[in-house]
Amino acid sequence: MAKVKGAIVVDTEACKGCEVCIPVCPEDVIGMTSTVNRKGYHYAYMNNPEACTGCTNCAIVCPDRAISVYRVKVTA
Amino acid sequence: MNVLDIIKPENQVFCKSKLMTDNTLSYCPGCGHGTAHNLTMEVIDEMGISEDTIGVAPVGCSVLAYDFMNIDITQAAHGRAPAVATAIARTWPEKYVFTYQGDGDLAAIGTAETIHACNRGENIVIIFVNNGIYGMTGGQMAPTTLEGMKSSTSPYGREIESMGSPLKMTELVANLPGVHYVTRQAVHTHKHARKAKKAIKKAFENTRLKKGLSFIEIVSNCNSGWKMTPLESNIWMEENMFPYFPLGDIKVNGVLK
Repeated sequence: MAKVKGAIVVDTEACKGCEVCIPVCPEDVIGMTSTVNRKGYHYAYMNNPEACTGCTNCAIVCPDRAISVYRVKVTA
Repeated sequence: MNVLDIIKPENQVFCKSKLMTDNTLSYCPGCGHGTAHNLTMEVIDEMGISEDTIGVAPVGCSVLAYDFMNIDITQAAHGRAPAVATAIARTWPEKYVFTYQGDGDLAAIGTAETIHACNRGENIVIIFVNNGIYGMTGGQMAPTTLEGMKSSTSPYGREIESMGSPLKMTELVANLPGVHYVTRQAVHTHKHARKAKKAIKKAFENTRLKKGLSFIEIVSNCNSGWKMTPLESNIWMEENMFPYFPLGDIKVNGVLK
C-alpha cells in the first residue's frame, strides 16, 4: 500500500514562534526549539519527523509562511 | 526514508506565494493578518490575475500591506478605501479591485464609504479583518469590541448602555441590494483557513463575472491588544467572538441565507 511521507522546512529567521502550527498538526510533529533566532523568537522544528504526512495544515495557518512542505509517496 | 530524501524541489507541495515580498511582516506573532494576506495573494496567484489586480490598503495594522503584497496596490486615507476602490474599478472596469480593511477603518471612520460602496454595488471585493480592537494605536475600543471586553479606552469592559452594542457590519451590508456575496470566515486553524481561501476565490470570481460587490469578513485575533498569547487568543476568539459573530455565508448570489 502506498504510504505518504512528508517533511517540513522552517525558515528559522521568518518564524516568530507564535506556535499556531502546533495544535493543527494531526501527527504532533512540530516542537519549539530552546534556542532563539536573530529576533529572539523560539522557532518551530520537526520534533517527530517520522510521523509527518505533509498535510500542509501547519503551512496554511502560518501567518509568516515560514513553513514549506514536501511530500512523497512511498510504496512499501 | 530519510528526511533529506523527501526535501527535494520536485516534492514540494507548499511554499510561500511569490506574490508576497521577502519583507518580514510587521504583524505581531500569531496575528491573523499574516494568514489573511497570504491567502489573498495565493488566490490571486492561482487565478493568474496578478497583473490585473489592484489592491487598496487601509489605515491600521495593515497600512503597510503594499510592502508585503507584490501586486499593484495603493493606500487610501483612513476609512476611504471603498471610495478609492470605486474610482479604480470605474476607471478600469476590466481590473480586479479589492480593499483590505480592519474594523477600525471599515466599521468606524469608513462606515459611510463602506455602506455607500455596498449600496451602489460596485464591482469590487472588500476583505474586512475584524479583531474587535484598534490594534495599531494601542488597543482602544473599536465599534466591534464585544460587550464586557476590556480595552485601553474601556478598562472596565464595554458597557452597552453608554458605549452601544458591537456593530455587526457584515449583517448590515448583507441587507443592501447591491451586494452579491457576503460571508464571515476565520483563519486561525487549517479548516477555517481553507474555507476562507475558497470564499476569497469565490469573491474574485464574482468580480470577473461582474456580479457586484463581494464582502468577506475575517474574524481574527489581536493577541497583543487582548493581552494574551497567540494560542490563548485563538481559544478566546472561538469562545467569545464566534457566538456574537457566527461564521458562515450570509448572502450568496444576492440571496440572503
